[in-house]
Amino acid sequence: MHASHSHFTVAPEGRGVSRLLSRLSQTRPQGVTLAAGLVLILIVAVALFAPWLANHDPLALSPANRLKPMGSEFWLGTDPYGRDLYSRIVYGARVSLTVGLGVAVTSVAIGLPLGLLAGYFRTLDAILMRIMDGLMAIPGILLAIAIVSLTSASLWTVMIAIMVPEIPQVVRLVRSRVLATREEAFVEAAILMGTSTPKLLWRHLMPSTLAPLIVQGTYICASAILTEAILSFLGAGIGTETPSWGNIMSEGRVYFQLKPSLIFWAGLLLSACILSINLLGDSARDALDPKMKRRMS
Amino acid sequence: MMADTPILEVENLVVETTGHKPTRILDAISFAISAGETLCLVGESGSGKSVTSLATMGLLPPGALVARSGQIRLAGENVLAATPAQLLALRGRHMAMIFQEPMTALNPVLSVGRQLDEVLCQHTSQTAPQRRARVLEVFEQVHLPDVERIYTSYPHQLSGGQRQRIMIAMALLLKPQLLIADEPTTALDVTTQHQILALIKQLQREHGTAVLFITHDMGVVVDIADRVCVMHHGQLVESGPVDQVLGNPQEAYTQRLLAAVPSLLPRPPREATSNKTVLEVQSLEKVFNANQGLMRWLRKPVAPTRAVDDVSFVLKRGRTLGIVGESGSGKSTLARCVMRLITPTGGNIRVSGKQITELPKSMLKPHRKRIQMIFQDPNRSLNPRMTVGQSLIEGPTNYGTPRREALARGRELLELVGLPVDAIDRYPHQFSGGQRQRIAIARALAMEPEVIVADEAVSALDVSVQAQVLKLLNEIQLRLGIAVLFITHDLRVAAQICDDVLVMQRGRLIEYGPAAQVLAQPKAEYTRQLMEAAPGRSWDFAAGAPLKPLLSPVETP
Repeated sequence: MHASHSHFTVAPEGRGVSRLLSRLSQTRPQGVTLAAGLVLILIVAVALFAPWLANHDPLALSPANRLKPMGSEFWLGTDPYGRDLYSRIVYGARVSLTVGLGVAVTSVAIGLPLGLLAGYFRTLDAILMRIMDGLMAIPGILLAIAIVSLTSASLWTVMIAIMVPEIPQVVRLVRSRVLATREEAFVEAAILMGTSTPKLLWRHLMPSTLAPLIVQGTYICASAILTEAILSFLGAGIGTETPSWGNIMSEGRVYFQLKPSLIFWAGLLLSACILSINLLGDSARDALDPKMKRRMS
Repeated sequence: MMADTPILEVENLVVETTGHKPTRILDAISFAISAGETLCLVGESGSGKSVTSLATMGLLPPGALVARSGQIRLAGENVLAATPAQLLALRGRHMAMIFQEPMTALNPVLSVGRQLDEVLCQHTSQTAPQRRARVLEVFEQVHLPDVERIYTSYPHQLSGGQRQRIMIAMALLLKPQLLIADEPTTALDVTTQHQILALIKQLQREHGTAVLFITHDMGVVVDIADRVCVMHHGQLVESGPVDQVLGNPQEAYTQRLLAAVPSLLPRPPREATSNKTVLEVQSLEKVFNANQGLMRWLRKPVAPTRAVDDVSFVLKRGRTLGIVGESGSGKSTLARCVMRLITPTGGNIRVSGKQITELPKSMLKPHRKRIQMIFQDPNRSLNPRMTVGQSLIEGPTNYGTPRREALARGRELLELVGLPVDAIDRYPHQFSGGQRQRIAIARALAMEPEVIVADEAVSALDVSVQAQVLKLLNEIQLRLGIAVLFITHDLRVAAQICDDVLVMQRGRLIEYGPAAQVLAQPKAEYTRQLMEAAPGRSWDFAAGAPLKPLLSPVETP
């Protein structure tokens, strides 16, 4: 009985190459999403099992073994201080994933209630959004450098420094969804049925923001990982006593011409990690799009 | 009057969706239109009317729909086999289309004159002054006032009727042999619709254009068609001259469709069942004032909009009061004031004797229970992420009914509105539009209200579904004695469901009285105009014959 609307939402037809092309432009092939998921699972596994995977202490200095090439003892060689590069990269995955996930979760957790309130209460909106505008006017990296410089450079300060500029994005997204949804007749119907405001926000307005939030969350996660690496690379991030992909590359920069592998492996993992998170985000966006959902059912 | 060689011939047209499991959208459709003839394609939503028109224009969405077999011949040329370049020429020279919503069909950032000029530029080699003269000439033909000013106007500066005239002018610019009109008057008010239909008819007489007119409104069919094709589920159910199809329908589906069209004759008055006043509105006023706050200081004052201006009425238990008017008449604002979704600027609203006009939002809760609303679009009035059950119990649980009890009551209500009990665990998108409106009614009833405000509650539904929902509302009213405030622009619906009718225009009350009196013997000039503009007023659908004049002569006081 409700099938009459589905006539126009059918995959295109064609032959050979044209069919493949039209498919690619319409939906990501399943394989790409699968590969991205596998890469991410691999990186997560590396981070989780770092103590078992690393065959050296990532912090142990060994001047005798400076800048060793790849070999059976030091799998990816050593850095200018003789530390094992492989073990450092393995532990670096922990920093990256902690920062990425932590920033994504906390910025959503703070931004969601603020966005709901801003979208629903018009007077609060005027005040809150001006603060958010102010935050957005400051370049994120600059703000992060300022925060880290003013405080001590620990994992926590780095996470807060990266999170603060991300909050306005979340607030804006949630607020725009609430503004659109509050005009819907079902929200008015709920008001007329005596639903209290907190219940209204939670039950009728919040669910419509979840799908875009999950997608936004993955992008925040990827961008936080990148920002952490940039901060470390610039020397404004976590100190070199905690290995992170960013500060590994930062230290390798000086010897880049001599030994490109000092930057190459960390850079490769960083790119692979961010690319797969973004790809998964795109797939999540497609899967959560109500129009696409109808297509599948 | 009709030429023998048809302008458009459609033969055994089959349209299917593409993909692995093709669904048939059009199943062997055949019809022909001759010069100077109007063929109406009529049917309910999803019957394939619009797909037929798109196929004729060669505009089937590529990659979604494809014509599997059959032929469409326009002035001897096969549309289905035409190359894109040939199609472009065909569309310009031989056929043109008018869409439902002129606002979206016109480019908002170009003046309308320029948009018409562009059409001539594309298809002719006329010089600029020639083109301008031709555009102004066509503007005159479609009876636009002050054509020089209109030429330089932008779409938003024109009224809905004027915009549709511009669309018609654009379609006529190249003197097409075939005009395809897809629901061209559905978005317009009745009086404007009346004028546009008359215009299409007049132009057709003058130019001998063939018209393919697509509509769901049987009244419009009566007014404009020479021949009718009734469509249902992609099949041509019945076709023939308008008098024959409407007067002596052969197919069961056509008969059902015609029987569902509400009559313009008011239904016989009902006995008052109770003397209890449940809703009383006294000189209600809602003024939207743009001169507030800083704006008052910064801007030249603008006249405030009086959306509702001194409207009073009384609604008794078990009765239905219809509020009738064209768009912008303030009927929806009135409903929102009564529901206290917005706060009126003056007057009184009493629900069961309790004054609710100035109660702050926080103190409204006890009174909200007594008055509930049914919205126009059931797709939007039910939360798509909540099951039917969750929607049904939300209100009662807000007022302290235990969940289990509310669910049991919800099941009873679903039965009452004619839905299966297992519907309670399903989501709104699993139901058709008519069923969703039944759920919305059940949800309103769950609050056990004394008054239900139905804001265009059947306007989005197909005519047969509309008839069922109206019947349901009537039954519920008889059983539960609920009073209904029924807001509608459709005089046919108003005539069939209302005991009393209140006619509004520009926020003001024009006429208020028993339905039989207001609709059959209107005193106000405006009500008379509305009744005269109602499409198909000359036809009695129940009897299948022309109707004697509905309005009695004006009584001179």
